[in-house]
Amino acid sequence: MTATFEPITGRYVRLSIDGRDHRVYVEEAGEGPPLLCLHTAGADSRQYRAILNDPEITSHHRVVTFDMPWHGKSSPPAGWHAEGDYTLSTDTYIATVLAVMEALDLDKPIVVGCSIGGRIVLHLARKYPEMMRAVVGLQSGPHVDPYYDLDWLHRPDVHGGLVCAGIVSGLIGPDAPDEHRWETLWHYMQGGPGIFKGDLHFYKGEGDIRQHLAEIDTSRCPVYLLSGEYDYSATPDDTRSVAAAVRGSSIEIMDGLGHFPMSEDPDAFLAYFRPVLESIRNGS
Amino acid sequence: MFERLPELVNDNALLRHRGRHLTTAFLAQASERTWLVEVHKGEIADVRTGPFVMPRWTFALRAEQDAWDAFWEPVPRPRCHDLMAMIKFRTLRAEGDLYPFMSNLLWFKSVLATPRTLHPSTASNEESPA
Repeated sequence: MTATFEPITGRYVRLSIDGRDHRVYVEEAGEGPPLLCLHTAGADSRQYRAILNDPEITSHHRVVTFDMPWHGKSSPPAGWHAEGDYTLSTDTYIATVLAVMEALDLDKPIVVGCSIGGRIVLHLARKYPEMMRAVVGLQSGPHVDPYYDLDWLHRPDVHGGLVCAGIVSGLIGPDAPDEHRWETLWHYMQGGPGIFKGDLHFYKGEGDIRQHLAEIDTSRCPVYLLSGEYDYSATPDDTRSVAAAVRGSSIEIMDGLGHFPMSEDPDAFLAYFRPVLESIRNGS
Repeated sequence: MFERLPELVNDNALLRHRGRHLTTAFLAQASERTWLVEVHKGEIADVRTGPFVMPRWTFALRAEQDAWDAFWEPVPRPRCHDLMAMIKFRTLRAEGDLYPFMSNLLWFKSVLATPRTLHPSTASNEESPA
């Protein structure tokens, strides 16, 4: 096999979030109006490898993604070892996204996020509509009630990587290619102890946006929603409830796909995602 | 269908390997019918068909027969396609000491999905999780 390089470059950025120094890993490819991509709970920016490698997108956009602190190649802040368990909050999540936007000079990016990312883009659209050209929520739900005991995700007598992958394996659509199904699960197998659970603090509790969806003004920040039909965490009905509450939003249910569409079945996802980007570019 | 588990699992070296640290007994229920499934180091050591008098098991998985039938379709419908999905939508109840189940969740998802391979239209696909 001849070695080939992907057109993705990675680097670390030092920045401050909530007054603490962080070292954050960033990847990007392409040129043009920025497209910022936010990964799911307990995973990392590798989920967006197909978008970063798609010339139809990178010929139009500077695509940027990053590992949230505690995830992937982004370390926890110094001193973490002497603190309690990691938990993600709405405010910290927003501060993280805004800090990355500022550090990388992303002027009015399109922000796409999946799962917890699909939730935070709704918070961003509500609070900072002028800072984004549009948001795309993948697997966006306003709130998710816990349906299993989250303590299973973080205890020393259960392998965290295996149980996290086991929890999410069924969230992938049945026709996902094995290569991408198991790449997606591998990301979950590599998460740090308690990180998936800490993200779910936001997803299944504190980050509830049900009471504020109607405040989102799509004339200031257009909202697009794409949801996989096999997702039982943020279900198609959950996304429909977001669409019903956010006047002027656009929704499409993606046949056969699950909770990680950009990662589990990139070709199928891109067929839905490219036209959304084209609509945003055309201002329609 | 649970009585078919020994033939579906024990010839699969990868499943036996991945379950090598698992020894347990669980009760499977489909509507009114029950089975006691004993697992020894990743092999299905025994499956007994109920009803039972004073059965001993560590955990139980209880669903209606139609829920299991939907789960075992070659390409199951959304909400029927995964054990955790069934738990979320209350069509499967997991009870008892769930430690063996949760600490070997990928194994149980693979094992309990093996009856899908019995469908005439289904090629062997042991790696696809439930």
